[in-house]
Amino acid sequence: MILSQFIFVPLLAAFLIVLFARKKENFAAAIALAACAWILIVSFIAFFKLSSHGGMILNNTSGWEIPYTICLILDNLSSFMLIVVNLVAFLSAFYAIQYINHFTGKWNFFALFMLMLTGMNGVILTGDFFNLYVFMEIALFSAYALVAFGTESEELEAAFKYATMGAITSTMILFGIGILYSYTSTLTMADVGLQLRSGGTPKMIFLVYGLFIAGFGLKTALVPFHAWLPDAHPSAPAPISAMLSGVLIKTLGVYALVRIFFNVFGAPTVVLQILMLLGTLSIIIGGFLSIVQWDFKRLLGFSSVSQIGYVVIGFALGTTLGILGGILHLFYHAIFKSLLFLDSGAVEYSTDTRDLRQLGGLSKELKVTSATNMVGTLSISGIPPFNGFFSKLIIIIACISAGQIVVGIVAALVSIVTLAYFLKVQKHAFYGKKGSAKVLEKVPFAMKTAMIILAALCLLSSVIMIPSIRKNYLNPIVDTVMGRTSYIDKVEPYLDKGSVK
Amino acid sequence: MQNNFPNEGMSVIVKTITRFTVWLIFLYGLYIVIHGHLSPGGGFAGGVIVALSFVHLTLAYGKNFVMERVNKFAMNSLEAIAAILIVLTGLVGLYVTGYFLANFMGVGKLYTLLSAGYIPMLNIFICVKVGMGLYLVFYYLASFKPKEG
Amino acid sequence: MILYIMCFFLFLVGVYGAITKRDLIKIILAIGIMGYSVNLFLVLLAYRTGALVPILKKGLNIPASMMVDPIPQALVLTSIVIELGITALMAALAIRIYQKYGTFDITKIRRLQG
Repeated sequence: MILSQFIFVPLLAAFLIVLFARKKENFAAAIALAACAWILIVSFIAFFKLSSHGGMILNNTSGWEIPYTICLILDNLSSFMLIVVNLVAFLSAFYAIQYINHFTGKWNFFALFMLMLTGMNGVILTGDFFNLYVFMEIALFSAYALVAFGTESEELEAAFKYATMGAITSTMILFGIGILYSYTSTLTMADVGLQLRSGGTPKMIFLVYGLFIAGFGLKTALVPFHAWLPDAHPSAPAPISAMLSGVLIKTLGVYALVRIFFNVFGAPTVVLQILMLLGTLSIIIGGFLSIVQWDFKRLLGFSSVSQIGYVVIGFALGTTLGILGGILHLFYHAIFKSLLFLDSGAVEYSTDTRDLRQLGGLSKELKVTSATNMVGTLSISGIPPFNGFFSKLIIIIACISAGQIVVGIVAALVSIVTLAYFLKVQKHAFYGKKGSAKVLEKVPFAMKTAMIILAALCLLSSVIMIPSIRKNYLNPIVDTVMGRTSYIDKVEPYLDKGSVK
Repeated sequence: MQNNFPNEGMSVIVKTITRFTVWLIFLYGLYIVIHGHLSPGGGFAGGVIVALSFVHLTLAYGKNFVMERVNKFAMNSLEAIAAILIVLTGLVGLYVTGYFLANFMGVGKLYTLLSAGYIPMLNIFICVKVGMGLYLVFYYLASFKPKEG
Repeated sequence: MILYIMCFFLFLVGVYGAITKRDLIKIILAIGIMGYSVNLFLVLLAYRTGALVPILKKGLNIPASMMVDPIPQALVLTSIVIELGITALMAALAIRIYQKYGTFDITKIRRLQG
């Protein structure tokens, strides 16, 4: 009952916006904010109610039993992801109320925004392979359109690039799903896992691994597949950049990879090794390419490539500590990267440029932006007591304790590189010599509020590192990923083992 | 009908034939929608055929002839209303049976027109959604100009 | 088996086109070919020698074991809809790019670097 809300509330909001907000544009923001607030509250309720349901809520749709229908599954990992997504979505929507005044077609923006949210919530909740593909396409489709929202030359070009790459890899994922279906005659994830476990691993499964790594790896922007991200994320309007970098690459990429490879396929070693390699490459290449960027948002885009590498190596280690680090960094990165993108949006809003060479000395005029950006910088570079410190520390310790000393050293060194390129931002944008760009407009109230809340969260979210909170709320999430068969085992009683097959 | 753009579109032969065939295509689309639960086809296929009847008209008579008559706002609204109705059907199912998009009406007798519960209703909503959506896609693509202006 | 391999070959044709072609429209078409190959693959999965349509009809009594698998057909329908959306969106983007740059050639559309 509770689960379908995550999907129909934003979906309904999207179409209500199309219907009612075409003439009265203020309706759009109101409807979108109400829907975001609703599902944010529901996701918190779901998170705290989950333990009384034995760690899993499963809702079938349309009155049939799985595997003959699509099911929505809420377990510890997905309820955690829902909170991350909807928190960032709510704050981005709040920020967008005033930011979007610079664009025309406000209702379009919010309708697409809500569709993207539908897709992401759907990907998180679904327990069905094909449904995963459909929701992924809904989210990506709105993302393509939102990247092109400004309809400038660069934005259209970036959107086309993103759409081409996204469409090719989505087709690959569908191909993989087809192969899986031909082996198991079912699309329900848990049932696929069950049949693969009992039937041994066919050789063709390696083709599926490859297709899924390419497919979801591109959505994650791991290094050989990262080329679209530094174009697409900066081209979108700032709240959308925050959503794309903050949560979309994690939901469609990391979450889907973890759900499929850990929970369904049981974390095959070869995949973990590939992910480890790709993650390490992402950290290095993303980090070093960030240093040479002069476009504020493009720098943040490359930084996302680097930081997502940390998340992926955390998971790819496969140890309890590594997965804890991955989950924490996923959450923390969602917060501070959205904050940094919203800051860059505020700078662009008020000065009309994001070229670091033209900016400078903004700390006096844009006090809130500069202060929150400082908080974001300290968080992302891992300065204690900000949140980034804890997750990076855990990942590095996990690397070393798992025997991956080289990776640990790389992670530690690139952390310093991260500090370097964010100090470059600080020097060229907020402090240092005054640049040629002038402050044309004050940053409005809603934008400031969203940034302040996120900056506060950068500090407050460190609280979940307190041992008692960690034990109660984080350890079940780690167990969901670590216990490779627990997902299948929990869903198995719900499966209808009728005679029709 | 008064045609303000007689020189656009295709030749007189095509226009004359179109005047007859467009209704047939439209009716065929509706037939497929209404019989969607009995025979192959359904909301999507029928909706595509309904949209194609509009496309047919646009191709034969030129885009200005159609743009003058089509109310874009109404089409957009219809599409949104159909989508909302689909979601609401799901919600009614959730309320009545406890499952999202579950069948909440009696299934009726097999092979009769009024059977299969909510499926004919959903077919009609999907037809409106797909028909309007597909035609609007065509409409917007057709209304692009090679140079900005 | 040869049919499945040819499906995969068609898929590779699509990938080749999407990677090597320079024209935006040709890239869109190549992506379409990829989609069709996967649709073909899914439909072939459903095929069963000698089986009939999965439809209940008056006077036509097909036992369930003699029907082709209907699920891939539903999947194909859905994936066709998705491809329609992607193709339309990409065509719209291509037209807008043409308005801005006056060309469909991707080697000349390079305002973003790498």
